[in-house]
Amino acid sequence: MDFIASLQAAIESITANKLRSALTVLGIVIGVGAVIAMLAIGRGAQDSIAGSIEGIGTNLLFVMRGDSQNQVRNPQPLTMDDAAALSDVFQAPSVINVAPLLQGSATVSARGESTTTTLNGITSEHEAVRGWSVSEGEFINSSHLLGRSAVVLLGTAVADDLFGRHDGLVGETVRINGQPFRVIGILAERGTGGFSNENDTVMVPLTTAQARLLQRSTPRSVDVILVQAVDADAVPQASEQVANILRTRHRTALGADDFTIINQQDFLDTAASITGVLTIFLGGIAAISLLVGGIGIMNIMLVSVIERTREIGLRKALGARKRDILFQFLAESSLLSLIGGILGITLGWLISVGVGAIAAAANADIVPKIGIDSVLLATLFSMAVGLFFGLYPANQAANLQPVEALRYE
Amino acid sequence: MAERVVEARHLSKVYQMGDVEVHALRGLSLDINRGEAMAIMGPSGSGKSTLMNILGCLDRPSAGSYHLDGESVANLDDDQLADIRNRKVGFVFQTFNLLRRTSALENVELPLRYAGVGAGRRQRAIAALEAVGLGERLDHRPNELSGGQQQRVAIARALVNEPAIIMADEPTGNLDSKAGADIMKLLLKLNRQDGKTLIIVTHDSDVAEQTDRIVLIRDGQVEADRKLGRSKKIASKGK
Ligand SMILES: Nc1ncnc2c1ncn2[C@@H]1O[C@H](COP(=O)(O)OP(=O)(O)OP(=O)(O)O)[C@@H](O)[C@H]1O
Ligand SMILES: [Mg+2]
Repeated sequence: MDFIASLQAAIESITANKLRSALTVLGIVIGVGAVIAMLAIGRGAQDSIAGSIEGIGTNLLFVMRGDSQNQVRNPQPLTMDDAAALSDVFQAPSVINVAPLLQGSATVSARGESTTTTLNGITSEHEAVRGWSVSEGEFINSSHLLGRSAVVLLGTAVADDLFGRHDGLVGETVRINGQPFRVIGILAERGTGGFSNENDTVMVPLTTAQARLLQRSTPRSVDVILVQAVDADAVPQASEQVANILRTRHRTALGADDFTIINQQDFLDTAASITGVLTIFLGGIAAISLLVGGIGIMNIMLVSVIERTREIGLRKALGARKRDILFQFLAESSLLSLIGGILGITLGWLISVGVGAIAAAANADIVPKIGIDSVLLATLFSMAVGLFFGLYPANQAANLQPVEALRYE
Repeated sequence: MAERVVEARHLSKVYQMGDVEVHALRGLSLDINRGEAMAIMGPSGSGKSTLMNILGCLDRPSAGSYHLDGESVANLDDDQLADIRNRKVGFVFQTFNLLRRTSALENVELPLRYAGVGAGRRQRAIAALEAVGLGERLDHRPNELSGGQQQRVAIARALVNEPAIIMADEPTGNLDSKAGADIMKLLLKLNRQDGKTLIIVTHDSDVAEQTDRIVLIRDGQVEADRKLGRSKKIASKGK
């Protein structure tokens, strides 16, 4: 029996019971749609998180106080002097930029408006390391740092809160924790993805913050030192050089570093593994519904075999071999599931677009991404479901004895 | 000596119904020559259909040997039997057994499809339908045809693979007497003109009288085997 004829018989049987076929297909549609949508959303979340980590800068190391297990007692704070030492081209040739940071929160007010926001004490290196720039005015420079100037850069969100706009504000005065600061620039607006809104921030010279706003127990201490390597390949060497310098400076015992160096790649890897688990989890739940759809197909195929017992008997009487009958019923079940798969991909795409729109409206910048691989996976998987769950009924049909089948009422 | 198409020896068929064994055939032997037109008669339950199913390779005997068109059928598997049915036997059923949703032409094409005939399939199916006088009804579906016409489609389907033997189990049983007579005329014409070997199971002695030979079956055995005088032997004619 030729392939076309089996396919034709399968199509006939599917169209003969349109409602029944539609309901059977629906199970697969929902299953495939759910798998596609879940994988797309998972991938979108992954991209969004990776994007925001990469948005921090490139080839970065984060140096923090204390070891990661909190085993070393009395870790020394990181200081401006540590940061200066890391900039030594001879001891740390793989390092191109060092940007110490002091971070806390502060209340900023102007003209009776007031807002609480993130306060960053920064140096001029942050412009290069973090890719910050100003949309008007100027960035914090070394003379501001030397002079511990009372100057501030406003993020657009803070500017909007205080002034209702974020332009033409250079020269205005705001109060940070009650102390007057002169606005020297507005930070260029950044995307709002990731963990926090980077537009909701103010920046002052690090020295000013140490002296007047974020006092720590050790006067010249900083919270984090951002270290930028010369290029991606130099990141491991830079990490090693930074570690050696700090070990010498802090006189730590062997294997008892009182600082932690985190590679930007570590962040990416951790985030990827978390979202990966999440994606597999969501996809797995969706796959269960695909399985349920497959059982629906099996059910309908069994009914179909029983209904068509006489037809099968006749076909056998006319010379159909087992594989002819097997193929006819497998064609029917895989066609059903293939139709379901194609409609399911469309449904999954619609769900993804919908979720993307909702996310965009909620300012979370997750863009669900349907990969060719997940489309292929869903198509193949649904075909496989059709074949697998069609196999038993088709086998039942193929093994019918012609006399008994013809006698069947 | 005429060539034998059917050579059945000591056929028996036992059905197991729970604890009870039903002996549908009890050591029945039967020879049929090529080109013969034969009627099988007998009371209900005597084993006529059981015999036909075995002769048509739809079923296997419990014991005994059977050669169809020179081939021993005893030890063939299901697919080989399917192949024999496809090549050597044309079935005509009491209930027509046409596929409901397909046209007359496609119904007739079906045995050719299973035979793997690609080229010329349509032409052969059309020729078979024309031979039974349905050249004008190619695209009609079974429910658009009368009972007699449906049985003609079934006969065309039985003919299309040019089988050695045509087997009809009560072919007129579901037809009125006029349509039944037409179907008989057609079957006998295939025998007389084209030399097709014909086996008909019937309860109607008028039908049986038109053939060359009547075999009477009772309790799974041949009770009488009567050659009708007017048979002019055309056995070696045809293929
Ligand atoms: N599948 C079966 N299982 C059990 N017994 C069967 C089966 N098929 C036939 N028989 C029995 O075998 C015997 C012969 O049946 P068969 O159908 O051959 O009779 P028949 O001569 O064709 O009768 P009718 O003229 O009514 O068609 C009957 O007693 C019947 O009950
Ligand atoms: Mg019968």
